Amino acid sequence: MRVSEQWLREWVDPGLTTQELASALTMAGLEVDAVEPAAPPLRGVVVGEIVACAPHPAGDHLQICQVDAGGDGPPVEVVCAAPNARLGLCAPLALEGAEIAEGRRVEAATVRGVVSHGMLCSAAELGLGDDHSGLLELPSDLPPGTDLYIALGLEDTVFEIDLTPNRADCLGMIGVAREVAAITEAPLNVQRPPAVGAGCEDRVAVELAAAPDCPHYCGRVIRTINARAETPLWMRERLRRAGIRCVSAVVDITNYVLLEFGQPMHAFDLGRLAPPVVVRRARSGESLTLLGGESVALDEEVLVITDRSGPIAFAGVMGGASTAVSDETRDVFLEAAFFNPATVAGRARRFGLHTDASHRFERGVDFAIARHACERATSLIIEICGGVPGPLQETSELSELPQRAPITLRRERLEGLLGWSLEPATVSAMLKRLGTEPEETPFGWRAQPPSWRFDLAREVDLIEEIARLYGYDAIPEHPLQAPLHVASAPEQQLGSEDLRQTLVERGYFEAITYAFVDPALQQRLDPECPPLSLANPLSSELAVMRTSLWPGLLKAMQHNQHRQHERVRLFEHGCVFRGSLDQLQQPAMLAGACCGPFYPEQWDGSRRGVDFYDLKADLEALIARTGAASEFTFQGARHPALHPGQCARIERAGRPVGWLGTLHPEHAAALELQGQPVLFEIALEALSEAELPAFRPISRYPAIRRDLALVVADTVPAGELLKAAQAAAGSLAVDAVLFDVYRGQGVPEGSKSIAMGLILQDYSRTLRDEDVEQAMRCVVDCLQSAYQASLRGE
Amino acid sequence: MGAEQHPDDLEALTRKAEAAVAAASELAELDATRVAYLGKKGKLTALLKGLGQLPAEQRPAAGAAINAAKQRLSEHIEERRTELERAELERRLSAERIDVTLPGRGLERGALHPVTRTLERIGTIFAGAGYRSAEGPEVEDDRHNFEALNIPAHHPARAMHDTFYFDATRLLRTHTSPVQIRVMEREGAPIRIIAPGRVYRCDSDLTHTPMFHQVEGLLIDRNVSLADLKSVLHEFLSAFFERAVAIRFRPSYFPFTEPSAEVDVECVICGGGGCRVCKNSGWLEVLGCGMVHPAVFEHAGLDAERWTGYAFGMGVERLAMLRYGVDDLRLFFDNDLRFLGQFR
Repeated sequence: MRVSEQWLREWVDPGLTTQELASALTMAGLEVDAVEPAAPPLRGVVVGEIVACAPHPAGDHLQICQVDAGGDGPPVEVVCAAPNARLGLCAPLALEGAEIAEGRRVEAATVRGVVSHGMLCSAAELGLGDDHSGLLELPSDLPPGTDLYIALGLEDTVFEIDLTPNRADCLGMIGVAREVAAITEAPLNVQRPPAVGAGCEDRVAVELAAAPDCPHYCGRVIRTINARAETPLWMRERLRRAGIRCVSAVVDITNYVLLEFGQPMHAFDLGRLAPPVVVRRARSGESLTLLGGESVALDEEVLVITDRSGPIAFAGVMGGASTAVSDETRDVFLEAAFFNPATVAGRARRFGLHTDASHRFERGVDFAIARHACERATSLIIEICGGVPGPLQETSELSELPQRAPITLRRERLEGLLGWSLEPATVSAMLKRLGTEPEETPFGWRAQPPSWRFDLAREVDLIEEIARLYGYDAIPEHPLQAPLHVASAPEQQLGSEDLRQTLVERGYFEAITYAFVDPALQQRLDPECPPLSLANPLSSELAVMRTSLWPGLLKAMQHNQHRQHERVRLFEHGCVFRGSLDQLQQPAMLAGACCGPFYPEQWDGSRRGVDFYDLKADLEALIARTGAASEFTFQGARHPALHPGQCARIERAGRPVGWLGTLHPEHAAALELQGQPVLFEIALEALSEAELPAFRPISRYPAIRRDLALVVADTVPAGELLKAAQAAAGSLAVDAVLFDVYRGQGVPEGSKSIAMGLILQDYSRTLRDEDVEQAMRCVVDCLQSAYQASLRGE
Repeated sequence: MGAEQHPDDLEALTRKAEAAVAAASELAELDATRVAYLGKKGKLTALLKGLGQLPAEQRPAAGAAINAAKQRLSEHIEERRTELERAELERRLSAERIDVTLPGRGLERGALHPVTRTLERIGTIFAGAGYRSAEGPEVEDDRHNFEALNIPAHHPARAMHDTFYFDATRLLRTHTSPVQIRVMEREGAPIRIIAPGRVYRCDSDLTHTPMFHQVEGLLIDRNVSLADLKSVLHEFLSAFFERAVAIRFRPSYFPFTEPSAEVDVECVICGGGGCRVCKNSGWLEVLGCGMVHPAVFEHAGLDAERWTGYAFGMGVERLAMLRYGVDDLRLFFDNDLRFLGQFR
């Protein structure tokens, strides 16, 4: 809502400066977003009257005008191309040296050989609107030479107020004025518009066929108006400052009344209306061509104004084209109605419309104001367009008007919720200023909310009003007193912070990517999991919900590679979305993506690329935090995103919980990713359960290590072999390490040599050679029979 | 070797041995010298063996002289050994000198995303006041995101939330406030939580991204008041910016709180004098808050007469931008290493 300060001060004038007023509004909840001058700083622009006018000898629609600029001096000679420059016209004259809109300076200039000693201006050239079709026509009674700032009252400020949806009452000047009066205690100077007596008896029959939707309808016939009348400049200026475009006198007047009282109005061309007017729900199959020319298909959801021809207006939203007022209109029928907010809410949006009327009706318009608005519009039309008014017609279904029950405000509740006590007299006075006509009771107050405050319905609404008027800043702060409980510190739950920190220590940077991704990329990386589609995505590239964190991470990797980062190590922690909408899983995942050299570039020349085993080590570090590393296994498996030979499914206690692998080279090529990116993703839940450390005694006897080099088929998983060896060695084996894997000379084709060390130890004695020999024999025998392993060199 | 003993022999031999010790420039050479003179078959040792051929009355004196010579030589060898060892250590130390200015080797530490860093700080601050962290789903239903928060269908406040929908009732949460409802439904009162998380709005321009982060706070108990809320937020903001900041509470409107307020903090960039960041107002809007609306209690099945509470919500990116001086919101989601690397 754009509010002219000048206009506001006509209705309520607190002893505050502009800045103080803006601040008072903001601190009362009517946030003033901007305080702008009503016009650019014009200098040297005066009212000029064209006293002579002749065509420029060079033609080109140019005229040489003699302009009276006041004072005793001779007229100023100005060359002008405006089509409406004519003898007797008063228009703004920018004198030599003047400053007009956008800081432009006006100097004497030679136009086709004739010196122009100034410039006659359009509204646009002065920053007073966007009309540049001709000179801004000023009232002829303005004395030439008057500074334009004074002539047009441009010494004004516009407050841009960002209204919250509950304050529909402030969508009219009257509401803002009431608010200022309530905040500042300044007197409100608003006159109720006088009733206009009927000059004829013409009426239009009105029937409220949907009374709950429209319980009150004010109408009025006005005959023989001049629809071509010019909207007076003062009204045009006020509309402009409010940000409303001028259309024609009748429409401008209804808009002006809307600004004054917040009551949307409509004027029908009576000559094109076929009474009776019936307000009813539309029927399926009906349609309506709106003022803008667009046709909408209607249904029972929509309230319409109809005549014998069918719907003629979208109630509370927009008028129809068939009965629109035009220059040819002679007779009009004015409408000022109350439409139920619930009836209008969402309807405009459904059709992609948003109008000044719908904005107000869906938030709630004062149900007692229609009559006054109608009177006001009538007198303005008669003043500006002439015409003969019929009687004011009011059609009501009083029982369907909003019922405003009195609200009980308990003193105890007021003070309890604010944490502060107020003098009862102060509260009473505030309630009065809000227009609620309060009544004191033994426990507090009873207040009747005024017809314009739809947001006042329950006790807490009044508490907020009291707090607002008292000033939030005046309420003290006091720290909450509460029992001090000791918080638990579960040791068997790992927070995501711990896991993130582990990755950060290992050289990862955390990324945060959008949860919606490109469907094509999603399909490429996780084709077996149909993603959830957004009904209204921001763009086709952000259209589906991710089923994995990989699409986002790979995009981020690509972004960095395109910016000369060869080495990228990223991780992300976030939800993925899997399954249909009705059986949706939203698990939190932890994923990583690395490419380029393992180490940052450094002086000792180690430039090896990151690979599967580096990320496996990172995962093992994460797993180590759970204290339950033995529950996790990595199984060779296939995943559509990953290299078929470098891909592992991660399991915890046999349950699949994640993936690790090298990005499939086809995908790397399609994404134009350099190097061989390696990825992992693991369910956070699998890492969040930790084992409590359980102490085992440390043996006092020495450990013995025996190394074995075994030749097995290439397909034998080394991890499995190591586990089997340790198991075969029995309880003596306290550890097993794998220290070499070799293929090549000395090892048959299709086989590999695996070297492992077994560490044997007993808790009760020093091991003898024969214990060790026996254990090692078991190992070799077992590996021979289970894996056809042979000792290398045998 | 002759059997005769002559004092001159001993003297000459001793002189020769001393010369050899002094000349030894390496430990091995010194050792060889020791063996040559003092070893089992050493020259001085041999003199002792030759004592038997001397007349008996000369033997004690000759023996003592030889032993004294051996003793002296032995001491000199040890002295020389120490010298040589020290010299060798010096040599080694000098050879092992490295350039300590070369950078350390291995992996460098990465960094948390500044949003996470900020979320963790906010969490830490509130944890100190006994707030525990709660979570809720990102794909929400209309009831939790709107209805139960007193935002019925067609409520104009819905227009302020540009919502991403999946169907008529399922959507991406537009705020973290639905967690309020979930916790109230699940746990009843009293409640003291914060709910950090990702939220989504169908909006993208210079100052809006379609996904961003919020932290919701909710405290429900007996006799909770606006004065309590003012206190907790003032303390939080002072803790967050690590200085005593001025704040102001402005009346505002959220359907799920009443009274509702927006909280401005004195501009942390210019200190309130006015700058580009605060649009010359001296204030920065950082939080929305209010007292839990009775309708919300009713929707969540709590007795609005018995319980009161406050709720607040803050934009994490906004706080991170102010804290670290980031001037472009979109940087948070570009994941550019040149940006992420600044938050180590």
